[in-house]
Amino acid sequence: MINLQSPFVQGSSSVSTIMLLVLLTLLPGLFLYIHFFGLGILLNVLIATITAIFAEFIILKIRKLPAKIFLTDYTAVVTAWLLALSIPSIAPWWITVLGTLFAIVVAKHFYGGIGSNLFNPAMIGYAILLISFPAVMTKWQNPSHINDMGLSLSIFLGGIDNYDAIASATPLDYLKTELLQGKNVSQIMNEPIAKLTQMQWVSFGFFIGGIILLLTKVITWHLPLTYLVTLFVIASIFHLIDPNQFAPFQFHLLNGGTMLAAFFIITDPVSGPTTPNGKIFFAILIATLVYVIRVFGGYPEGIAFAVIFANICVPLIDKLSQPKVFGHE
Amino acid sequence: MKVFEKIFKFNGGIQAKTKKNISTTSPIKQFGLPSKIILPLRQHIGKLAKLKVSVGDHVLKGQLIAEADGNVSAAIHAPTSGKVLSIEKQLIPHPSGLPDFCVEIEPDGKDKWVQIKPTNWKKIDLEKVNKLLLSSGIVGLGGAAFPTHLKLNHGKAENSLKTLIINAAECEPYITCDDMLMREKTNELILGIKLVHEILGVEESVIGIEDNKTVAINLLTKAIENEKNIFLKIVPTIYPSGDAKRLIYLLKGIKIPKSQRSSDYGIQMFNVATIIAIYRFLEFGEPSISRIVTITGNLRSPRNYEVLLGTPLKEIIDAAGGQVIKNNTFIMGGPMMGFKLPSINVPVTKAMNCIISSEPDMVEEKKPVLPCIRCARCAEACPVQLQPQELFWFSKSKQLEKAEEYNLFDCIECGCCSYVCPSNIPLVQYYRFAKSEIIEERQEQEQANIARERNEFRILRLEREKQERAERNALRREQSSNEDKTKLIEEKRKAIADALKRIEAGGEEQ
Repeated sequence: MINLQSPFVQGSSSVSTIMLLVLLTLLPGLFLYIHFFGLGILLNVLIATITAIFAEFIILKIRKLPAKIFLTDYTAVVTAWLLALSIPSIAPWWITVLGTLFAIVVAKHFYGGIGSNLFNPAMIGYAILLISFPAVMTKWQNPSHINDMGLSLSIFLGGIDNYDAIASATPLDYLKTELLQGKNVSQIMNEPIAKLTQMQWVSFGFFIGGIILLLTKVITWHLPLTYLVTLFVIASIFHLIDPNQFAPFQFHLLNGGTMLAAFFIITDPVSGPTTPNGKIFFAILIATLVYVIRVFGGYPEGIAFAVIFANICVPLIDKLSQPKVFGHE
Repeated sequence: MKVFEKIFKFNGGIQAKTKKNISTTSPIKQFGLPSKIILPLRQHIGKLAKLKVSVGDHVLKGQLIAEADGNVSAAIHAPTSGKVLSIEKQLIPHPSGLPDFCVEIEPDGKDKWVQIKPTNWKKIDLEKVNKLLLSSGIVGLGGAAFPTHLKLNHGKAENSLKTLIINAAECEPYITCDDMLMREKTNELILGIKLVHEILGVEESVIGIEDNKTVAINLLTKAIENEKNIFLKIVPTIYPSGDAKRLIYLLKGIKIPKSQRSSDYGIQMFNVATIIAIYRFLEFGEPSISRIVTITGNLRSPRNYEVLLGTPLKEIIDAAGGQVIKNNTFIMGGPMMGFKLPSINVPVTKAMNCIISSEPDMVEEKKPVLPCIRCARCAEACPVQLQPQELFWFSKSKQLEKAEEYNLFDCIECGCCSYVCPSNIPLVQYYRFAKSEIIEERQEQEQANIARERNEFRILRLEREKQERAERNALRREQSSNEDKTKLIEEKRKAIADALKRIEAGGEEQ
């Protein structure tokens, strides 16, 4: 039987295909990440995916929702991947499991599940982990140790005792601590950690994936472009004011989660604004907050907090950015 | 010739599969005489037409069966000669599935015309043309069925008509009746445009056509080569380009608000088939008794038919090879805005532009509906630039005031939002529901207001009467002097005394 009322035809897109495309476009970045930083990333992604599907299944059963329909929308998997890609590759397994559980159970389903969550679930999961376990969450794998699979596996499975052998600070973190010790930006930029080209390759991978998302019209230009341009402008202005204290724009654009955030995190439709102007304002807000937290705040990376704060503002942003209705100009 | 070229693109719209080639491979076919004619007395927007025949009457082709009742109505004519069999309620092609008054005619096979005469339209003024058109039965043949004579005026005095737009967009998938008409009756269309152009006294006539109708475009381009004031403007194939206000924007760059009419802006628009109908009426005196219907979709031989109004739809479907699947569902109109026919045992009406035998890939009721993920694809697709996701939220939670504040009533129900929704939410159905709730609420409110006013008036009246009574009594009291009062008392005393006497007398008697 066809629909009771028109329209009787429909386009081909579905939530599942959109989410699958998001997962596919994460692959270039994921592959480069694994290539440069070892299989620890893959372990994180796998354990997060399994946890997310399991948690979603249990909750759907408890809420008496059709598990098959809601599991195959793949939103839980996208949340899992985004969280796993934000967690250091040398984190023990329970970190990822805990973060994913919190993201799916609390940030997603406590708010009503798909479509109802006020906050980006992956970012809530990340923020909880960062606040609760700062020591684990700020130590990243030194790319020169990628061949030591045994070591990363034992870290994944167990203790954090032999951490220091393979861990190092991220470029953002390094810049922050070195500046505090009195070095200037140009000195720091010449050091190998700050010039971590592997990290920039990963950013490039996410950028490519993001471009595909744009071309396939899964996302519009408003969020990523505004976000990157704002970050570029703010970083450039500060760098111009004092090149010794503030890193150049490319440092901010290519390090940390900038690219992942620009195309995959701030573009979460559920917790973001819906109007074109609202998206522009939302992206400006996040980029500004990210810069402020990175440069002036207590954490080396500020995307999670910036996104969560901006999520709070979404209803207001939407309300104030309503486009003019046809003929109402 | 081409003075302006610019196309003003409206927001969004969709590019669905047009499926038009299903029914354009064969030319328009004359369906001929059906076994019976069932003429609904309301085939238009407005009042039921007033009956002019009775059962048993013999009618001629083109004879008036029912005349327009007032201005917002349209006349009905006999599509062929024959005998009036019955006048009763029969099933009509309407989404409600409710029967309405119909005149059933049994054709006598002679197809004999009533005497018709052409109008010397060049000699008479618009008002007279209008009066004539009121008797022509012509309504908008694009599917809306709005009485045409209502549209033939000069517009407001301070803002006289400047542009005639011929809506040849035919943007809904499947429908090809206008396309085929333009291909086969190109000259008649141009003559019609010139006629309406002259009657309205406009400066320019613009044909707005979607770029997917290449055959018609070529023919029209050739036909208007030497016309100074007729322009062809090709618009991209983006549904709903054929919506009147969207087409006006595409062609002229003017955004006409919901509350206003195009004539307020010096523009009047007619559909291709309507133009030809006006031409045939004024030039030859032929009233509206037939139309082109696209019979398409899941059928053996889909095509366009020229059909007498009142022809049973089932006979045409059988002619088109019959149903491929037994008891298939049929859609009247396009797949985006049309409606499910309650049955195929309904007659062809003036509004019936297309009949689609539903296809397997059409939306199924049972497809799972997911929650809205706020992806805003609906907002990107909305040609009115509404925020469908917000309207959905407000409609679903019955925040009707909010829905209105977000311009629910600007929604044209084109279905683009539902079409693109990845969560498969039947958005338009929510808007229809919310609109009807609001209208109902308003009517109830109005009823309540009337009742309250009545009650207040009653209380006021009672109070007034009370006051008046009091005043009257007071007046009477004042008027009656002291003298009168003593007289009154004495009279009463006398009466009592008399009564006492009577009692005494009675006692003695005992």
